[in-house]
Amino acid sequence: MIDFAFVVDIVVLALLLVTAVAIARMKDLFAIVMLSGIYGLLSAAFFVSLDAVDVAFTEAAVGAGISPLLFLSVLKLTGRYENGSHSHAIFALVLVVVTGLALVVGTLDMPAFGDPDSPASSHVAVRYLEESGREIDIPNVVTSVLASYRGYDTFGEAVVIFTAAVGVLSLLGLLSGPREGGESPVRMGDHLVLRLVSEMLIPLILLFALYVQFHGEYGPGGGFQAGVIFAAAIILHSMLFGLQPAQRVARPPVLRALAALGVLVYGSVGVVSMLSGGTFLDYSVLSEDPVSGQHLGIIVIELGVGVTVASTMILIFFAFTSRSDAAHPETSR
Amino acid sequence: MVHLPVLQVVIPLMAAPALLLLNRPWQSWLLTCLVTITAFAISVSLLGTVYSTGTISYELGGWEPPWGIEYRIDLLSAYVLLIVSGVAALVAVASRQGLDADVATDKQPTLYVLYCLCLAGLLGIVATGDLFNVFVFLEISSLSTYALIAMGPHRRALWASYQYLVVGTIGATFLLIGIGFIYSLTGTLNMQDIAARLPLVDADRTVHTAFAFIVVGVCLKLALFPLHFWLPNAYTYAPSIVTAFLAATSTKVAVYLLIRLHYSIFGANFALDVLPLNLLFLILGLAGVFAASLVAVQQPNVKRLFAYSSIAQIGYMIVGLGLGTVIGLQATLLHLFNHALMKGALFLAIAGVVYRVGGSDLAHFAGLGRLMPWTMAAIVIGGLSLIGVPLTVGFISKWYLVLGAIEAGLWPVAGLVLIASVLALFYVWRIVEVAYFESPTALTESAREAPLGMLLATWVLVGANIYFGIDTELTRQTSELAAQHLMGGQP
Repeated sequence: MIDFAFVVDIVVLALLLVTAVAIARMKDLFAIVMLSGIYGLLSAAFFVSLDAVDVAFTEAAVGAGISPLLFLSVLKLTGRYENGSHSHAIFALVLVVVTGLALVVGTLDMPAFGDPDSPASSHVAVRYLEESGREIDIPNVVTSVLASYRGYDTFGEAVVIFTAAVGVLSLLGLLSGPREGGESPVRMGDHLVLRLVSEMLIPLILLFALYVQFHGEYGPGGGFQAGVIFAAAIILHSMLFGLQPAQRVARPPVLRALAALGVLVYGSVGVVSMLSGGTFLDYSVLSEDPVSGQHLGIIVIELGVGVTVASTMILIFFAFTSRSDAAHPETSR
Repeated sequence: MVHLPVLQVVIPLMAAPALLLLNRPWQSWLLTCLVTITAFAISVSLLGTVYSTGTISYELGGWEPPWGIEYRIDLLSAYVLLIVSGVAALVAVASRQGLDADVATDKQPTLYVLYCLCLAGLLGIVATGDLFNVFVFLEISSLSTYALIAMGPHRRALWASYQYLVVGTIGATFLLIGIGFIYSLTGTLNMQDIAARLPLVDADRTVHTAFAFIVVGVCLKLALFPLHFWLPNAYTYAPSIVTAFLAATSTKVAVYLLIRLHYSIFGANFALDVLPLNLLFLILGLAGVFAASLVAVQQPNVKRLFAYSSIAQIGYMIVGLGLGTVIGLQATLLHLFNHALMKGALFLAIAGVVYRVGGSDLAHFAGLGRLMPWTMAAIVIGGLSLIGVPLTVGFISKWYLVLGAIEAGLWPVAGLVLIASVLALFYVWRIVEVAYFESPTALTESAREAPLGMLLATWVLVGANIYFGIDTELTRQTSELAAQHLMGGQP
């Protein structure tokens, strides 16, 4: 009797392998970006099959959603085809094969996946599963771990995103606001179907982002995913209708301030907990009742994450795209 | 203050977004100075507390470890925090004028944001007692470092940064793979908890693989020969002020991480029966010392010359680890601290030359002995320290390294360490020769002494090179106690 989930795993893993090899062999960067999106989607499917829906959601939003978009905006600057030869190809192949074999050896003594007696399921995780209902009282344990038990890591991750924004700004600079005068250059907006569909979808995407933001305690999701989805809607709009309309709403200087404010909001929760007599990011002291303190803390920090992630993603896209518009003005018509 | 361990990291971390909002060159510099000096003051206080009351544990989020993340400051981390935040504060002071040579005024505020992020990342790696938290802060410091390097004045800075980005990302990924294996075997991410549970794990192949990935990953970050190829370009093309900061802190934190992960998690004698790691460290360390020193002698650019010298000095630290004894480890820890003082002083002095003369090729140093006497004197003293002349910190590190080698019965190693010091004499001499025995050329004749702020910061570090070379109590005692503790002796 063959397990259905097992077959799904094999098929998805085989497809992942094929996609990875294809990416390594291709020279057409546009195709590689598309394949990397497919790779992200396949990974997300695989994570679902592993019952890690929060991870799958993140991977779908990031790997299959926003990163191909950002890559595409970079391709406008770099051109479509990879040039140069692979002089170290053999050496690199040997290195990769050795690393791969080492990884295989490493898995030989690993506990079986899903084994209830494995250390990963029987040590720290037990408390998260059994006590988080009482200590934090939100249905999604993943959110409890990410936002509270390991909330400091999540703070660090939000800072990583912020660092990415500052890094891109330091290299590409920031065009201050939409350029005045003239018609906004129309791109794919004259395709009727694209325009109608996106006009219908963009509000829904924004709404969905807000749902993910504020529903992260109950279902998969949270600030990271919500921020990425929100940014995707704005990016979609600017890809279809040009940069100016989007920048009139999401002004780059404001976005930059928001990226910083999100981190500050998150950190301020930590500062307030210290002032209230707890340790950094101890939400229990934020309210009379520790559990409602936890709820309050988690809502505020998730908001900080969402704001930083969304503004960072949009900023990075703007930084790339405004640069390629400047470099090839004719392509923006 | 019970919150000092976290404030040490969070103050520069939260200063970064505040600096982005502020976005003014002069005020950003002032705030950065305040933040880094505060961080240094905290690290001094932490070291005092650890000496008087022992290891400090701080529960982030109010969750006790291993369920929550723990900050754990022991002697080793307090010692590394001290040197990292101390150099960061001095470089920040010098950066007011120092940046003008390399970075346009309107970009300087962004640089300070990245500077604070990088510092927070480095301090976070050292302060934490949680393995995954190490990775998160490594990402913060790495990403900001790539951007800092890319802000260098030449277009090649972009390539140098990209090269480092690729290598650094591979290193971080290897570390993450290792952490993943460890988690699957122990079910925990707290370092203490892992150290307690790992010996009970009956899964040798997975543990060994995890160890291998972690060691290789960290060695990429610390530029161990032959994984060093990213470093010379990064140091050469980064803004000079950034080079001074990175050369004195970044690789030191990577060495700290190697020691922390190797000794505190896996144990001093881990896997020695299957993997001759100590021998490997001895060979690679010595190979790095000689190869990099020989290349340094031929460099026409002084920043690149000292970049290769840094690879050689990392070699010494790795040799100390390879000895596998308390004294060997102590030599590594001493050199970690002392090398930060030397390279901080040297690169800050070079930043002064770049500011006044506009470049760091040997030709830019012609006749500077008379034109910039204080700056050149700093380079001479820093160079003497690098060679290991008595009354400088370099002598102390070399002394303990040779002592350790002799104690371990490895006479050839002791001999090679001494011979390698002569190579340092050669490359330092090349600069001295140009600066003191050549007359100023058209390039250099209009040079004046470096600005006061830069000179002050440089000379505080030069002073530290001499002070800690004479009064060795702080460094010697701390490194000795930390080394004994790490090797499993009495704390």
